[in-house]
Amino acid sequence: MKSDNPGGRTRPRRWQLSDSAIVRLFIFPTLALLIAMNLFPLFWSLYLSFTDYSAIAPQPPVWVGFKNYREILHDRQLWIYFATTGRYAVLAVGLETLVGFGMAMLLRQRFKGSGLITTLILIPMMLSPAVVGMFWKLIYNPTFGIFNYLIGFSQPASGPVWLGSPKLALWAVVIADVWMWSPFVMLLCLSGLNAIPQYLYEAAAIDRASSWRQFWRITLPQVAPLLLIAILFRTIEAIKAFDMVFPMTGGGPGDATELIAVNLYRQAFLGQWRTGRSSALAYIILIIVIAVSNIYIRLLNRLRRE
Amino acid sequence: MFKSRILALTMIVALVLVACAPAQIPAPAPAPAATQPPAPEKPAAKPAVQELKIFWAQWDPADYLQQIGNMYEKETGIKVTVIQEPWGSFGDRFFTEMAAKGDAWDMVVGDSQWLGQGATQGHYVELTDFLVGEGIANTVTEATLTYYGEYPTGSGHYWAYPTEGDAVGWAYRKDLFEDPNEQAAFKEKYGYDLGVPQTYDQLYDIANFFTRPDKGLYGVAIYTQKDYDAITMGVENTFFSYGARWQNPETNEVIGWTNSDKAVEGLELYKKLYDCCQVPGLTNAFFNETNEALINGQAAMIMNYFAFFPALANPAANPFAEVTGFFSSPVGPYGDRHAALGGQGMSIISYISPERQEAAKDFIRWFAKDEIQAKWAELGGFTCNKKVLESDVFKKATPFNPAFAETMTFVMDFWNIPVYSQLLEITQRELHKFVVGNEGTAKETLDRIAEQHDKILRENGFIK
Repeated sequence: MKSDNPGGRTRPRRWQLSDSAIVRLFIFPTLALLIAMNLFPLFWSLYLSFTDYSAIAPQPPVWVGFKNYREILHDRQLWIYFATTGRYAVLAVGLETLVGFGMAMLLRQRFKGSGLITTLILIPMMLSPAVVGMFWKLIYNPTFGIFNYLIGFSQPASGPVWLGSPKLALWAVVIADVWMWSPFVMLLCLSGLNAIPQYLYEAAAIDRASSWRQFWRITLPQVAPLLLIAILFRTIEAIKAFDMVFPMTGGGPGDATELIAVNLYRQAFLGQWRTGRSSALAYIILIIVIAVSNIYIRLLNRLRRE
Repeated sequence: MFKSRILALTMIVALVLVACAPAQIPAPAPAPAATQPPAPEKPAAKPAVQELKIFWAQWDPADYLQQIGNMYEKETGIKVTVIQEPWGSFGDRFFTEMAAKGDAWDMVVGDSQWLGQGATQGHYVELTDFLVGEGIANTVTEATLTYYGEYPTGSGHYWAYPTEGDAVGWAYRKDLFEDPNEQAAFKEKYGYDLGVPQTYDQLYDIANFFTRPDKGLYGVAIYTQKDYDAITMGVENTFFSYGARWQNPETNEVIGWTNSDKAVEGLELYKKLYDCCQVPGLTNAFFNETNEALINGQAAMIMNYFAFFPALANPAANPFAEVTGFFSSPVGPYGDRHAALGGQGMSIISYISPERQEAAKDFIRWFAKDEIQAKWAELGGFTCNKKVLESDVFKKATPFNPAFAETMTFVMDFWNIPVYSQLLEITQRELHKFVVGNEGTAKETLDRIAEQHDKILRENGFIK
């Protein structure tokens, strides 16, 4: 073995870290933060969901087993909120898919100013949902809001009170959500559409395939994976929708727009502070979101295999 | 290898320490002034407690209280600091601090509904001997002592000194009410003179009379917000004034009380007011929205807490300020007259040291003096002191003070037991569903509220 120090003198050792030590040095702080900010709250709230506990009471959590879950699943009122959330998700995501995909089809063809128009269309999704909720509340106001004018009422006060009618309020929230998030669906669809090779259409044209057939056999299958991803994201967001709805309607009138996340907030905070029960409700929502996501992901994988 | 591990661990520990460090590094204790030689032989000139901290919401009255605190500092040398927290997080911050048995503040000017939690969970010092024994309890109106200070209601146990009185009152457009043409038209239609409504039936007539959608004018702007407690506070005015009560005061029974015939009548009147005369779009309205309806010239009468009336009397904020009048809640058909309570009482936190508790009592004792209460009212605080409320100086100070002084004698409140928030959530949901959502009848609504309240009260041992 060849000596590095032929003179026999001991050279002072340089302070250096091994590669693995450097790797650990970078990973450990991240891990520590992840544990402190994600994993610990996750498991702590899971524990709290099995307790009778209020974060503002001086008493420690009292273990009650599955009582919170049992009560929630037997609470007729909460099932009404779940049903409202389901209706909201189906309506909002369905319309966003149609509008977003439609806009993407229109903007697929390049024309003068199409870049600017695309950018302008994307603005709503860049705004804060709470701000969007606040200004749609003003837009729907029957005395000075513009919405009733736009749908043809010259005297807006004689038009419908959108946020005051149990039949219209959910639609009002859906319309605002569609306005805000259709551009997101459009953006994903547009990137999918632009990635379709042109030769597929040329080949179809040579085979005299109709426009509808080209759409059905080329466009839709090609864009479907990205469309499904957009639907997945929007469905997850719709199930947990809160920040736009709450400033807009407060869950009302009555409980017409009381989505499950709005009610979760009400139980967890707003003077109630039922921390144990609201943790259980949050886990039930999480399980639903995971289940829905799984269905979408399986569908997505099947599409990719095909 | 070992050294590298040590280095990595050191860095992690350092990061954690930095993350956990307090946001503000405490200032070092001030060094004794060089010009002041130590004088251990002299008795301490300064009191043992040199600063008192009072926790309150962030709004104008808290600034006025700070000015009162500055006066106290001048007189006694004890600094008073009013720590203000935005309304949205006021309750949350207070109760999280209390859950940790924190001593960050010596006193809190807390909501009347917190009394149950404050008393039963041990956050507040009981002040019965202090307030009653020293005669302070007699200096404030009975209703405010009951609703801002007493828990359980009617027990004779007091936990707070009524500090900022508040209740729902009414503002109206005097220019419309005093217009000779309007007066003549009103008399012809209803057979009596147009003026400040004395009864709720008159209020309903006047609201109907001034509702003119073609001119963008509506009779009333009333509370409808569902988020926290607004629609309940609005409905309570007709509910109580029609003779209804939320519960049997002896037994807490709610069936037959919350849904009594009088309660149904009171709720029906509120609904009628909303249907006939509410400014369109005010489906989720609270103090901002009702004030705006008057300022915008959309409403002839609005309901609001007195604490928000200074804006209406200010010409810079309200173009109708010179012609805005104020009146207190009218009388119901059976002679009852009540207004929903707002406002707060001052309580002493139990987690501070006994000497700080004594210092806090000294402050309340001083604050409760008639002359200090007169100063408090002069600054803009809504005093509950009987003598000040009755004084001409107070009544002439602002256009809404006479109505406020009158209202403070007949205020009533919602539940203040620890589970009040669960009762409130049900009440809000059901009232909003009926009044704004137009679902069901008043009777069905109140039956549902009574049934759900009964269940919660029984589960929590408030009904035996």
